[in-house]
Amino acid sequence: MEDGERYGRRAFLVVVAGGLSSLAWATKASGVFSPVTSSFSQLIGNLLPVGGWRIYTISGSMPVFDPASWRLQIDGLVRRRISLDYEGLLRLPRAEQVSTFHCVTGWTVHGVRWAGVRFRDLLALADPLPQAKAVRFVSMEVPYTDSLTLEQVRLADVMLAYELDGKPLSRPHGAPARVVIPEMYGYKGVKWLTRMELVAEQPTGYWEGLGYDQDAWVGRSNGYGS
Amino acid sequence: MHWVHATAFVVLLGSGLCLYLPSLAEVVGRRPLLKDVHVYTAVAWAVALAVVVAVGDRRALLRTAREIDRFDADDRAWLRGGRTRQGRLNAGQKVNAILTAAFALLFAVTGFFLWLGERDTAYRLPSALLVHDWLMYVSFVLFLGHLWLAVLYPKTRHALNGMTRGWVDEEWARRHHPKWVESLRD
Repeated sequence: MEDGERYGRRAFLVVVAGGLSSLAWATKASGVFSPVTSSFSQLIGNLLPVGGWRIYTISGSMPVFDPASWRLQIDGLVRRRISLDYEGLLRLPRAEQVSTFHCVTGWTVHGVRWAGVRFRDLLALADPLPQAKAVRFVSMEVPYTDSLTLEQVRLADVMLAYELDGKPLSRPHGAPARVVIPEMYGYKGVKWLTRMELVAEQPTGYWEGLGYDQDAWVGRSNGYGS
Repeated sequence: MHWVHATAFVVLLGSGLCLYLPSLAEVVGRRPLLKDVHVYTAVAWAVALAVVVAVGDRRALLRTAREIDRFDADDRAWLRGGRTRQGRLNAGQKVNAILTAAFALLFAVTGFFLWLGERDTAYRLPSALLVHDWLMYVSFVLFLGHLWLAVLYPKTRHALNGMTRGWVDEEWARRHHPKWVESLRD
């Protein structure tokens, strides 16, 4: 029993070292191999209902959307306070886009088909006062809030989405409506939206309170690209 | 040792997949609870391993570790596809044990960084999630293969008897692990 080469420990250490060092190169490697791995995850996505998404919540259970009682309030520094129901939201000019979704934790979903409304159409209803500089987004998932400047919500591919890949937004994805801003990490895209408050100064949101950046530009914030 | 790993793996895989797959996440819907289950199972698993080492038969564990460490000429030939004579653990079982131990450590390290990074963004490593996921994919495949050989495949499934009841048929052992039977005779 005592003869033979001592390969076991060596193999163990090699695998552990490879795994630990991959913390440094895995992100780069996954970029290089993404044509291969994304077709692999596409395959898994077809077999299993994964689709590359993972669902993060911060509270005990996901909010439930009831079309009868749900309202989107637009208030704060506005000339007209607005309370919009689901039908009213769907009646606004429809916008569609295909964009990439980046999560700050390192995963990405390509080619996401969104449909919804542009914020300029929403804000036109409420007519913001000149001193309004930002929008505070409030989720039905308490205490999740986040904010964007008015300049940011008016970027060409920023929207309030109510459809994902041709279907009404599902409960895990933030039904009935969520903020989409592809140039920023997903935590800025508040799900289960119920209120937009126009404010003069950008407040600290849920994740910003835990040290995440206010401006969550993809590749240029939260320690990326620095 | 084996059943600590087995129980922890199944619970961690189940709760992890509920955190990972949107469809399961919707069905269960209680993410913080699942997260607690996942994290505390991981802690309990590490503690249980420490307990096994502390109060278990350390000499037997050490003997097994030494056995896994050594690959003799028969083992190397076996890995190349030859049906050579094997000891108590065949070379495939040794490789499985080595990978399990290494993956356990890597799961623990990457999982720890995921946990820490959510608390303090300074410790957030983007790769930790990626590596944790890939470990999951690979170990899931290994797990299925392991179950296949242990529970279903007729030629090898008798070994399950050894894992659950502590004994195997001598004729079977002579065919599959002849060097072990001989060493017991000595």
